[in-house]
Amino acid sequence: MPDPIHQFEIKRYFPLEVLGIDATFTNSALYMVAATVLILGFLIFSMRGRALVPTRMQSIAESVYEFVAGMVRDAMGEQGMKYFPFVFAIFIFIFVLNMLGMIPGFFTVTTHLAVTAALAALVFVTVLIIGFAKNGFGFFKLFVPDGVPPLILPVVVLIEVISFLSRPISHSVRLFANMLAGHITLKVFGGFVVMLLGSAGAAAALAPLPILAATALTALEFLVAFLQAYVFAMLTCMYLNDALHPAH
Amino acid sequence: MANTVTTGSDAPHDLSTGTEVPHDAGHAKAFPPLDPAHFAPQLFWLALSFGALYIILSRVALPRVSEVIEERRDRIQRDFDAAERLKDETDKALNGYEKALADARSNASSIANKEREVLNAEVAKEQAKVEDQISAKLTEAEARIAETKTKALQGVNTIAADTAVAIVAKLVGDTVSADEAKSALPANSQD
Repeated sequence: MPDPIHQFEIKRYFPLEVLGIDATFTNSALYMVAATVLILGFLIFSMRGRALVPTRMQSIAESVYEFVAGMVRDAMGEQGMKYFPFVFAIFIFIFVLNMLGMIPGFFTVTTHLAVTAALAALVFVTVLIIGFAKNGFGFFKLFVPDGVPPLILPVVVLIEVISFLSRPISHSVRLFANMLAGHITLKVFGGFVVMLLGSAGAAAALAPLPILAATALTALEFLVAFLQAYVFAMLTCMYLNDALHPAH
Repeated sequence: MANTVTTGSDAPHDLSTGTEVPHDAGHAKAFPPLDPAHFAPQLFWLALSFGALYIILSRVALPRVSEVIEERRDRIQRDFDAAERLKDETDKALNGYEKALADARSNASSIANKEREVLNAEVAKEQAKVEDQISAKLTEAEARIAETKTKALQGVNTIAADTAVAIVAKLVGDTVSADEAKSALPANSQD
């Protein structure tokens, strides 16, 4: 049976060291650079006409823009549009990496905890910086909900602090685990097909069953690839909204 | 096990062990998605690619999209405004036309009224003049009739006196002066 973990292996293409840091160009790096080039290339190419009546490509670019802009406006209101490029970059980056991963044989960058944790940490730090820059110590109001009886307030504050600090963990692990589990499952079902076909006699007749399962799972994984990018961006919006309006 | 025996003795065998040993070591390695050995290069290239993506998106790509969308929204708004303005102008023109029509109508009726009044006044004046003339002529005619009547009555008296003198002369043979005869006549008949 093929190893379902093999697809997640990092391949080191060109060894590189920058300022003493191991910056080897790996398959992960290749896909991240490719995603960046694809996104920027598509957006800039599709908007080159700047047509009043959009072409097909331009209307796709505009739809993505409006989709993320709607998400930002819903979560943060018009003042949140200042952070629109940040949310857009996060959404489109994760979305394209997830979708590239859906192509058979391609590497999925978001199945590595380092990447999702770094993105979640970036959001977390951004929220802290904006929160303290905008509200000063008023940002601590985030941990003190209104209308809580003073007796149980310390407990509630403790819970709020813990839930705030655990945000980057849940934020990163959600994306990482979903992508990882999906790809392992697909590979395992694919492996079943090979195993059954390789086996003698009647068992080979059962091979179509895991193919059906793998097909259905592929559709589900496309949904998950979009949904996890959406959820990650949506949570980013909500966390940023906390930074803008700490008092609930 | 055969590999360990032949190690170093033969070049092709040595190559095969060289490929095989890292492969076995790969299986012993940590789960790749969590392997800290690859964290640094991933983070380095993530920072580089995501940083570039964010900067170019926020400086170049997204402003282009928003420009086009805003320009379209402005254009639609402008067209709507223009349509609204034209509609207002049309309404204004229509109102002006209706007002002019109403004015013309009321003008026409006032002119007709005035004309009618003038005509009525003229007719009344003419009528009054004619009536005056008629009444003047009537008065004159009455005066003439009265004069004629008086004259005639005077003539009757003279004739009566003359006749009375002639009758007296014939019957009595006496002559009576005309004055006497006249005085004998009823005094009121002399008027």
